[in-house]
Amino acid sequence: MSSAAAAHVRLVEIGKRYSGTTALDNVSVVVAGGTVHGLVGANGAGKSTLGKIIGGVIRPDDGQLFVDDRQVRYTSPREARIDGIATISQELSPMPHMSVIESVYFGIEPRRFGLVQWRQMRRQYEELVSLWGFELDPNAKVGMLRTADKQKTEILRAVAADARVIVMDEPTSSLTSVETKTLHRMIRTLREGGRTIVYVSHFLDEVLELADTVTVLRSGRLVRTAPVAEETEESLVAGMFGAAAEAEYFEKPRNLTTPVVLDVSGLHRKGVLRDISLQIRSGEIVGLAGLVGSGRSELARAISGADPIDGGTIAVDGTARAIRSPADAMAAGMAFVPESRKDDGLFLELSVAANTTFADLRSVASRLGILRLALERAKTSSLLKLLSVEPPVPSMKTANLSGGNQQKLLFARWMLRSPRVLILDEPTRGVDVAARAAIHRLINKLAAEGSAVLLISSEIEEVLGLAHRVLVMRRGSITREFGADPPLDAVMEAAFGLGGRTIE
Amino acid sequence: MTVQPSGPLAGDPVPAGDPAGADGIAVPRVRSRRIKAEHIRDYGIVVFAVALFAYFSFASPDFLTWQNLLNLVFQNATLGIAACAVTYTIIAGNFDLSLGAIFVLSEVLGAWAAVHWGVWWAFPVAIGSGLAMGLINGLLVTKLRVNAFLATLASALTFGGIAVGVTGGGLLITPTSSVFTFLGQQRVAGIQYPVVIFVLVAIALQLVLAYTVFGRHLYGVGDNRNAARLSGLKVDRIVILTFVITGAACGLSGLLDSSMTGSGSSTTSGLGGSLALLAIAGVALGGTSIFGGVGSVWRTVLGVLILAMITNGFDLLAVPDYWQDIVRGILIVIAVAISFVVDRR
Repeated sequence: MSSAAAAHVRLVEIGKRYSGTTALDNVSVVVAGGTVHGLVGANGAGKSTLGKIIGGVIRPDDGQLFVDDRQVRYTSPREARIDGIATISQELSPMPHMSVIESVYFGIEPRRFGLVQWRQMRRQYEELVSLWGFELDPNAKVGMLRTADKQKTEILRAVAADARVIVMDEPTSSLTSVETKTLHRMIRTLREGGRTIVYVSHFLDEVLELADTVTVLRSGRLVRTAPVAEETEESLVAGMFGAAAEAEYFEKPRNLTTPVVLDVSGLHRKGVLRDISLQIRSGEIVGLAGLVGSGRSELARAISGADPIDGGTIAVDGTARAIRSPADAMAAGMAFVPESRKDDGLFLELSVAANTTFADLRSVASRLGILRLALERAKTSSLLKLLSVEPPVPSMKTANLSGGNQQKLLFARWMLRSPRVLILDEPTRGVDVAARAAIHRLINKLAAEGSAVLLISSEIEEVLGLAHRVLVMRRGSITREFGADPPLDAVMEAAFGLGGRTIE
Repeated sequence: MTVQPSGPLAGDPVPAGDPAGADGIAVPRVRSRRIKAEHIRDYGIVVFAVALFAYFSFASPDFLTWQNLLNLVFQNATLGIAACAVTYTIIAGNFDLSLGAIFVLSEVLGAWAAVHWGVWWAFPVAIGSGLAMGLINGLLVTKLRVNAFLATLASALTFGGIAVGVTGGGLLITPTSSVFTFLGQQRVAGIQYPVVIFVLVAIALQLVLAYTVFGRHLYGVGDNRNAARLSGLKVDRIVILTFVITGAACGLSGLLDSSMTGSGSSTTSGLGGSLALLAIAGVALGGTSIFGGVGSVWRTVLGVLILAMITNGFDLLAVPDYWQDIVRGILIVIAVAISFVVDRR
């Protein structure tokens, strides 16, 4: 497929520290050329950090990195890229206003006398696409593409620059299962073409299915590197946590007769939501299933005042509320954990304490608005312990926490307000198994204490595992309703618009 | 076996924690409390200010005198007030290029009021008009969604033009009534009023920023606007308030300036022309992020004083003027680059 020889990467005694916390400690790994190498571990185990070190995104404090037995010291992703190592990160960062083809050849445009040779570039693109079999409209604007296609652009960009090693950091965290399958096919094609793939993921089943070798990390230390054939999901989990972590089953109440807390009626938003009505009772968890683009997140944002609505009513505890802003929704007793904690949730530059108390600063301030910092620290500390945030240090900068712990912080922020209605959009995205279980327990506990919970997740298993009732959305409307523990395929069929009748 | 073991042999009982290992060579585990890059980024500016102060104190016998230091602060009091206030705007993620224009127009309007309505009017008119101009900036940025850079560039042109129009291009001489000039020309306990006011304003702004709900909200809005909104903040109101505070502070600076000179001037050849850039230079030099979310008022005070020390010290050492600008420019670049390099690692 390509003349580039398979490159192998060797990490020797790598160490990395972030302001006092150790992200990686004395980790040595060999990534064999032409293989898919999985990196797994809990959040904060250091798997992303290790991937970023290979890709030159961050520099290690100790240890050496060898590519083809040649020691390298990358100071930027660019240098790694020149050396044939490309990184496709969790947060895709292509230039949104460029077309696919411009983005793929950005910096390596075929040129003559300093002018871009468009015709030649198009020919090269055609060749590239047919060589790898990844089809994508070269003229589409990258910013308008779906996540999966943005990733495809990035992969094309990597192979166009003749990358021999491709580091993928949680590539499937925001993909649907169909898109994930496509990505896996692409990765296999890349491996057949002699490329080396470093695959960082918290989806153990994917790693087991895809990788040749897997490295398990725990708290910044190497547990082991082993061929995938010798591992099972249980053995990986045991390696990641030191002990087997079991999935919990939650008792689901049926036919609740508690009072209705959230009552949404005829909610409408032009082109996005159509005539949505739903009720959630005290103590009830209602799951919202549906495909990406079905309007799930939009519904959550509309109810919680993040986006404007064009019609309909929202009542909390029997009182109709005019909700025009998140502040109105909060005053009505709602709490909203948004889909993207980086874009809409956290203040990464601020301390953990500041993030925890931000939505309810009045509770840690005097009547004149003067902060009582000792009280804030104490309140934060107890919440961090309750949610087992690691490390439980209120003064720490939030950016230095791992993803799972950052997510817990968002819960901490809302728990401080004891909300009546909890709207959770992808509450466990990018979170490891243990943190996920902890968040699930927390959601169940908050419901048991009387909150009404609206739970949205791309992972259908998560919805089915927690929800007392499941609503399926499709094209901006609620099309089906199921009770507790519905059959998975029935929910999937409803989401895809197959079988069954729609309820009006 | 000819290889000489360099460390303790396996099996040699070496008590843990005993630095004197085999061969009596001390091989302590390196665990120094070292200075990290983050420390240099966060507190390097303090060390630098102290070092600069020490250097000028040794290099020039005239530097470390009460009179000189007092003058140094006095000459930078109006700049300092504006810089401390614009720190709020910048922490909240915005920018204000109209400081100088607000300063000039408030000064002119204050002087006009003093001449036409009576001398007491200068105080409310100067500060009030600064406040109103800040409000205009804030509304442009929030309600009309004009980029802060452009909005304040445009308003600066407009305000400056109005100032020239009001004065007809010249000076408005204000009455030399002591009511008006005591602020700029009198002292309390041997210290000029502008110095006292600068210190009080800086302390108040720092305390509000660090210890109040409003201050925390500024950081939040600057760090992540969406998250601030979803946490129930009225983001627009907070942004407008930062512009209003900055405008009022520039009005106060203009008032002090006209009180010092006993006149209201619309020329931009003085501080008015360079106020915005000098103030923002001081903010950046102190270590407040131009992208918002990070910084503080004491840093701005330090930044302004470093710039002032360079001017003052170089003057005393008879270094040519142009060197001052070169050094100040390089310093700002270094300060910003350090934080960039450290954060990128």
